[in-house]
Amino acid sequence: MKINVLYFARLRETFGISTESIELASATVTDLLQTLRQRGKPWSDELSGERAFRVAVNQDLAGPDTVLSDRDEVAIFPPVTGG
Amino acid sequence: MKIRVQTEPFDLAAEVAALYRDNPRVGAVASFLGLVRDGHPNRSPSGEGDGDGVNTLTLEHYPGMTEKSLEQIVRDALARWDLLDVTVIHRVGELQPTDPIVLVAVASAHRGEAFAACEFIMDYLKTRAPFWKKEMTPDGERWVDAKESDDLAAERWRG
Repeated sequence: MKINVLYFARLRETFGISTESIELASATVTDLLQTLRQRGKPWSDELSGERAFRVAVNQDLAGPDTVLSDRDEVAIFPPVTGG
Repeated sequence: MKIRVQTEPFDLAAEVAALYRDNPRVGAVASFLGLVRDGHPNRSPSGEGDGDGVNTLTLEHYPGMTEKSLEQIVRDALARWDLLDVTVIHRVGELQPTDPIVLVAVASAHRGEAFAACEFIMDYLKTRAPFWKKEMTPDGERWVDAKESDDLAAERWRG
């Protein structure tokens, strides 16, 4: 299945990419993060859990066990700082 | 309910008036106006004219999720309190110190609901709505870090 991944703010700048399409076997958020960490630095550093980040699936905040489906929109971003 | 994400300034008085003008049941409007604050005032002697010490703030957001999350926060407030109307306006793009950045205005029959819902909406906006601030300082750019105190402020509404 194919999922659309979006990055925002500091993570968009660190990864040097704002959006990409990733091909995955059926997967959870944890599986996607594992795939991204396997790219090495800076992905492995930023997504190791040492620095806080958030994940949204189809524009709702999601947890590690959230199941992904074909054509889902997954966003990965730092904790929010609006207001 | 009115939810807006925009680069343009907004008119506080007009937005507040719109909440009660056509609704005689409204007895109270509580509003919160958030402003861009200069985090380094000692480095920005006023009147120097070079603007060197003044921090420009750039607000990034996640179009689509921003509106969706704000709507959900307002729906949660409407379920929790007896409210008559709510307006939330958040600006994005480049802003300067003293610029208004966010408005939350809540109309209800009595002040208690309006005060409480206004604070609830701001506390959840700060921790759940996908906005990110980047500061331009004399030392360069930096992304503003999230505050633990904001998480604690939202946490106290649980249960």
